[in-house]
Amino acid sequence: MSTYGIDLEALQRRPIDSVEAEDVAISVEDLSLSYGGTAALRDINLNVPRRRVTAFIGPSGCGKTSLLRSFNRMNDLVNGCRLNGRVLLEGRDIYAPEVDVSQLRRRVGMVFQKPNPFPMSVYENVAYGLRIQGMNKRRKLDEIVERSLRSAALWDEIKDRLQENALGLSGGQQQRLVIARTIAVEPEVVLLDEPASSLDPISTLKIEELIYELKSSYTIVIVTHNMQQAARVSDMTAFMNLGRLVEYDSTDRLFTNPRQQQTEDYITGRYG
Amino acid sequence: MRSQTVNAPGRGVSHLLRRGEPLVWLNAAAVSFSILAVLGLLVLLAWQGLGYFWPHALSLYQLKESGEIVLAEQVAVQQVPREQLLAAGYEIPGSGPQLERLLLKRGNRDVTGTDFVWVLRNELMAPTAPPGAVRVEREEWGNLYGFLEAVLEDDVVVASAKDSAAATWERFQTQLERARRVRSDIRDLERGELRATSQALEQLRRRGRGAAAEAIELEGAYERALRRLTALYSESARHRYQIRLADGQQLVLPLGQVVRAIQPNQMDVVDKLNYYRVRLWEFLSAEPREANTEGGVYPAIFGTVLMVVLMSIIVTPFGVLAAVFLHEVAEQGRLTRVFRAAVNNLAGVPSIVYGIFGLGFFVYGMGGEIDRLFYKDALPSPTYGTPGIMWASLTLALLTLPVVIVATEEGLARIPRAVREGSLALGATRAETLWRVVLPMASPAMMTGVILAVARAAGEVAPLMLVGVVKLAPTLPVDGVFPYLHLEQKFMHLGFHIYDVGFQSPNIEAARPLVYATALLLVVIIALLNFAAVTLRNRLRERYASLEAG
Repeated sequence: MSTYGIDLEALQRRPIDSVEAEDVAISVEDLSLSYGGTAALRDINLNVPRRRVTAFIGPSGCGKTSLLRSFNRMNDLVNGCRLNGRVLLEGRDIYAPEVDVSQLRRRVGMVFQKPNPFPMSVYENVAYGLRIQGMNKRRKLDEIVERSLRSAALWDEIKDRLQENALGLSGGQQQRLVIARTIAVEPEVVLLDEPASSLDPISTLKIEELIYELKSSYTIVIVTHNMQQAARVSDMTAFMNLGRLVEYDSTDRLFTNPRQQQTEDYITGRYG
Repeated sequence: MRSQTVNAPGRGVSHLLRRGEPLVWLNAAAVSFSILAVLGLLVLLAWQGLGYFWPHALSLYQLKESGEIVLAEQVAVQQVPREQLLAAGYEIPGSGPQLERLLLKRGNRDVTGTDFVWVLRNELMAPTAPPGAVRVEREEWGNLYGFLEAVLEDDVVVASAKDSAAATWERFQTQLERARRVRSDIRDLERGELRATSQALEQLRRRGRGAAAEAIELEGAYERALRRLTALYSESARHRYQIRLADGQQLVLPLGQVVRAIQPNQMDVVDKLNYYRVRLWEFLSAEPREANTEGGVYPAIFGTVLMVVLMSIIVTPFGVLAAVFLHEVAEQGRLTRVFRAAVNNLAGVPSIVYGIFGLGFFVYGMGGEIDRLFYKDALPSPTYGTPGIMWASLTLALLTLPVVIVATEEGLARIPRAVREGSLALGATRAETLWRVVLPMASPAMMTGVILAVARAAGEVAPLMLVGVVKLAPTLPVDGVFPYLHLEQKFMHLGFHIYDVGFQSPNIEAARPLVYATALLLVVIIALLNFAAVTLRNRLRERYASLEAG
């Protein structure tokens, strides 16, 4: 590759020194993914630290959402999706044949770009995941619903509107409701796919504060277009381009002293 | 702005077309035409049908030449060209190219043979309206027109018009009220106790227990009921009335046969409105008489609604299941495309074909099999192996299945992917997602399918004639005898009733207004059924509003 015989790719891929082995929640090994023959991810290697916020940034179509969705096997739903490599959650391959996908998704929750509350009451939205698990005790449900809404910083705003249709809430409230719904089932990991992209600045701020709050109890992975947001909320940042992981480092270092020219171009706005 | 200035010189057709105004006019014209057509239809039906219940005045018409006198109500007036009458061999006095011809309803079919007659106005003396003229509606033989002479009890005159016309009329009305009560007692007894006991007896006999103690007890009850019935009949026969027809003939007739009697020439507007209300209610709530040309259409209303309800109950789950399979379960590919095309084509199959299929498959196939398996002792007379309301509902369910499938599939396709993923991401399986989120959200679309199915099924007649509708069903398919809902029974249907009354009736003039009234009623009932379904759908839509917004 280079005249000096140095494997630059191996250098780029080297695990980050700040993440120690026992602190890894999700470990991605040689992951490649293609949709109907078109490659979306190529040879990704990455360790997501536990109880930290990890941000994926990169231009549109770089594969960051695909990578995120491979953490809870949402890509299974896409026809013609092929995956190679391994994704380990707490050391176990989540693509192993014996894995129960529903169980996995209970451990790895996900919040989508657009708020997608169900057309039910606020209460039932939060209780949905619990009811799926067969929990029907009213008192227990009440307790968890309140706790989840409090964790999502929504309780004080809507505690009198629990029986109202969730679709009547504002966009920001809906997104926080979706987060409450996700954490109600007590996952280990929360995946956030551009959670604030359809929200106004104030709602965005609230979501960011919430992410900051949540990271003490959950491993959080966030995909974002907004570099300021990544810089504000995340501990680790991965920059991706054209399906490859270009650079992965602690957020401070990546934004102040990137090792790759591509990264620098992107974060300074010269590219993408 | 710039394009306008550029186009300004080019006025004319192309300019108009570009502005789109002709299209707007065409749209408006099409909409107004549709509305006018619907309104016109309703007004025609209402005008022709609702006038029937109004009490028209009775007049005495005398023919100039023969001096023959007729007491009749005028039903219609026609203009006839003189040539036509001349060509038909009439000799007509008077002049003018057009002659007026009256349709008179003179009733008294038992005496005269026909109750309608056409007369030229020229041949008549000026009519008079005698105040004492009576119109008697009877169970049989249609209306009777004449003058009340006396009321008899056990062949003894208890009130006579010679003494006091008013008192006689009053006596007649009180006796009539009593006779009506006796008649309803008779009917209750026949329909209720007698039928129930005889059916229970029949069942016991079929099970070979005709000699058991309970059978003997039942027989005793049956005998007692029969004796009561005989007593009621002889009570009814005691009362009679004497009436004088316009030509002087005198008749003595049983009061038990009279439905109601009025003196239309003495009624004021309030009386007439009251009478109108009674007649309209009778039309809606009573059974038909006289080969369906008199009385009401209640059994037909009941049959229509029951059949549509049964059809909806059958078609909804089937259609929804099929749509869910096609859209959610099956791998999308050539096979599902073929299925979808087949379903869509089913909607285009003529309904009579479904009727034939229903007769062959449901009635003779399934029905025959059910009879062989469960009703062996009743054979060779069929129980389910003959047309009935269940087979009719099933046939119509088949006919409307494509509509429900297509509507449901569209609803499923409209549900945002994000909502499904949201449920899956919480650890729900595909089945749980389908059941808890997708189907509730698609329920308004399902209701749309049911609405369309109801609209189609309620108006369908041709296939029903093969699989269960009859001109006159002696009993309703729902009654107080176990199992209360008799799915094997034949039933009456408004659509078929219209056909039967309008085109199969022996008394066409009497039936004509009923055809219009029944048609109007059918339209109203379909509208009501639809309205109910639409209300339900709107409720669901309110709950799942996201679909319409996003």
